[in-house]
Amino acid sequence: MEKMPAWADAVLVPLISLLLAAILSALVIIGIGEDPVAAVKLMVQGSLGSTYGWGYTLYYATNFMFTGLAVAVAFHARMFNIGGEGQAMLGGLGVAVVCLYMPWPHWSLALIFATLSSAVFGAAWAFLPAYLQAKRGSHIVITTIMFNFIAAALLNYLLVNVMRPKGSMDPATAKFPETTHLPTLHDILEPFGIAFSKAAPANVSLIVAIIACVAVYFLIWRTRLGYEIRAFGHSESGAKYAGISPVKITVVAMLISGGLAGMMAINNVMGEGERLIMNSTEGAGFIGIAVALMGRSHPFGVFLAAILFGFLYQGGAELALWTTIPRELIVVIQALVILFTGALDNMVRMPLEKLFLIFRKGDA
Amino acid sequence: MTVAPAIELKGISKAFGPVQANKDISIRVMPGTIHGIIGENGAGKSTLMSILYGFYKADKGQIFIGGMKTSIPDSQAAIAAGIGMVFQHFKLVENFTVLENIILGAEDGAMLRPSLAKARQSLTDLAKEYGLDVDPDAIVENLSVGHQQRVEILKALYRQADILILDEPTGVLTPAEADQLFRILNRLREEGKTIILITHKLREIMDTTDTVSVMRRGEMTATVKTSDTSPAGLAELMVGRKVLLQVDKVPATPKETVLEVENLRVVDEKGVERLKGISLDVKAGEILGIAGVAGNGQSELLAVLGGITSGTGVIRVNGQDIDLTGKFSDGQSRRARGIAHVPEDRQREGLIMDYMAWENTAFGYHRDPAYQSGILMNNAAIRADTEEKMERFDVRPPNPRLTAKNFSGGNQQKIVLAREIERNPDLLLVGQPTRGVDIGAIEFIHQQIVALRDQGKAILLVSVELDEIFALSDRIAVMFDGQLMGFRDPAKTDEKELGLMMAGVVEEEAA
Repeated sequence: MEKMPAWADAVLVPLISLLLAAILSALVIIGIGEDPVAAVKLMVQGSLGSTYGWGYTLYYATNFMFTGLAVAVAFHARMFNIGGEGQAMLGGLGVAVVCLYMPWPHWSLALIFATLSSAVFGAAWAFLPAYLQAKRGSHIVITTIMFNFIAAALLNYLLVNVMRPKGSMDPATAKFPETTHLPTLHDILEPFGIAFSKAAPANVSLIVAIIACVAVYFLIWRTRLGYEIRAFGHSESGAKYAGISPVKITVVAMLISGGLAGMMAINNVMGEGERLIMNSTEGAGFIGIAVALMGRSHPFGVFLAAILFGFLYQGGAELALWTTIPRELIVVIQALVILFTGALDNMVRMPLEKLFLIFRKGDA
Repeated sequence: MTVAPAIELKGISKAFGPVQANKDISIRVMPGTIHGIIGENGAGKSTLMSILYGFYKADKGQIFIGGMKTSIPDSQAAIAAGIGMVFQHFKLVENFTVLENIILGAEDGAMLRPSLAKARQSLTDLAKEYGLDVDPDAIVENLSVGHQQRVEILKALYRQADILILDEPTGVLTPAEADQLFRILNRLREEGKTIILITHKLREIMDTTDTVSVMRRGEMTATVKTSDTSPAGLAELMVGRKVLLQVDKVPATPKETVLEVENLRVVDEKGVERLKGISLDVKAGEILGIAGVAGNGQSELLAVLGGITSGTGVIRVNGQDIDLTGKFSDGQSRRARGIAHVPEDRQREGLIMDYMAWENTAFGYHRDPAYQSGILMNNAAIRADTEEKMERFDVRPPNPRLTAKNFSGGNQQKIVLAREIERNPDLLLVGQPTRGVDIGAIEFIHQQIVALRDQGKAILLVSVELDEIFALSDRIAVMFDGQLMGFRDPAKTDEKELGLMMAGVVEEEAA
């Protein structure tokens, strides 16, 4: 018998966790002498109260969807891919190469090839840790973390010494050509008569991210590969019995994971930056871990969690802008949400399971 | 004059959920003796010792140490009662020195120096007293496994243990190291220590112990003086012969040879040879039963036949060679060649416990074209197939969407059997088909296996339950130490002879 109904596991647990995080955050805000109610109002207003706010929230959410899916796919194969950050950086490189060095007649073609290129670059960056894990048992957490640093150093070198336009003092590539600029939500919604903020960075990549969510759902639950990935994740000895190669699954799952993380670059590099700069990922690779944890590694959960974290990011930025609540505190609030939804999951789950058990006994 | 027993257990019972790990167990161990506890994996030996060492709390029963009723809520209490435990997997800090490991948890104060000095002194004394030589300043990870084990023993002695429990101590040792260990144990006995030796190796029991208790399925089936018993007698007690299983079956009509194995060898990851040149054959329409005490290579035989591990030698199915090491040596290729495999451990191998029944029905056969529709899996078709199989094998509840871990052991096994048998294989490998399965399901499972034989399929059965071997087999082979001790006709042999063979003794036979 299941301990509690599926809906409670999927909805109730994260909601209660979120509530606890919110209460604790409110206490912290009171502690520094600010008004938590006003703060929440400001956050909601700033992130959801205007199309400008939505534009930013969805822009961040797009990043988190890609990195969250990346972590989720690896989770299903029982691997902890902490290298989303580095893989997304390399994805940026993949986008830059496509946009800068190839002529494109139209943004749509550029987007398709940039997506592929970013996925290939991200996957390539995940390949070596995956191979080392599969063949040599080098722990994927350690290697992917190290690869984050290598990625940052590599990008640093390339941007300073190779890709920086002559005469520029800025460690960044040249601006991508006009034909590779992606339509923003403003451009997309205008034909339908819907007014959307022109200044907000949310762009067509959001649609790609949603397609990726659907694709990952089918991959994990409806394809043979997904079946094998989950089987391997649940039991390696079982996988061996069934003739599923642990080496193959480890490598393939990490390639998909790295590819998804890399694809984030079509949003932040191609859509928003329109050039490759240093640290363009802004930690989205790490937020992906929290998003995947909170989303229970399910694409729909990842979608919702990504929007939540998009809200926290944008709302937090607004808070820092308009109040005396320092920027660091926003990080604290985000950390609390991660802590409660991810790390302290069992703290909510266990009592809830007991509660359901008591209810059930009452029924019997 | 009577001496109080060093340890006495009275009526110890412990259940984990529906599984009764220990049932009303009572033993007395006299001081200055070595007492062996022998039994198959899962017989409940380790549970019993964990209760004695305070890891588990018994549901029922009493513990007496030196005649005094003692409660052991945790390992601290066990140590205080003079009990020391040497685990199968050592609990040492690998990059500490021997001395540091010995005082760990028994430091005298915040400062280490006085503790270390004191430990160094008593270590020298202990070494002299029991012949336990270990360099106190050596780093543990640089020591051989045998020496690491000595450190564990020293740790217990340093804490003034009078009763030493060793859990499968020779599992990790080379034969020479094992001999040294037993010399040490004898020395400890001479000095008046009481030793409990847990093992499933008959020879160790015969060589070293004064008394021995046999455990089977959570029960203590016998306690005897070692000098009054024999390896064959112990083997019989371990595998049991009380319950006579009766399966209605007509005599086998073996036809052409399906499986041929020649000189099959398997070396495990640690370089130990687990199969030492096995040769056998199984014909269509017969069941070859492999008997033996667990751990003598039966698992390795099934694993290599099933494509889980690789080996050397020749395996032929229907006259054609099977790839043993290359690209086609995996389970998928074996299934394609008509080999179905019901593994010994359904929870670790045969099923994904977090998968639903229908997902498990496809397990291993998930590349079957009938289960695909385009690039996706045809989940609806798999569920329909599962429903049929569940009905034919009477799986309860017949719900394809129930997660495997929520079925009882017998029904889990039926899911595996249905999956493998319904594939209509030429050769069925079956390991421990009724382990942890209730009586009703045992009968059903046995009938299914016999029915498959009667359809003219070849079946290789591995079981540690001798009555199961007798009930099902048309021929019996006995395995000992990675080798086959010989083949017997079940009608012309008995438990006694098989018991001897399982202990590595082959009688001169005139047949």
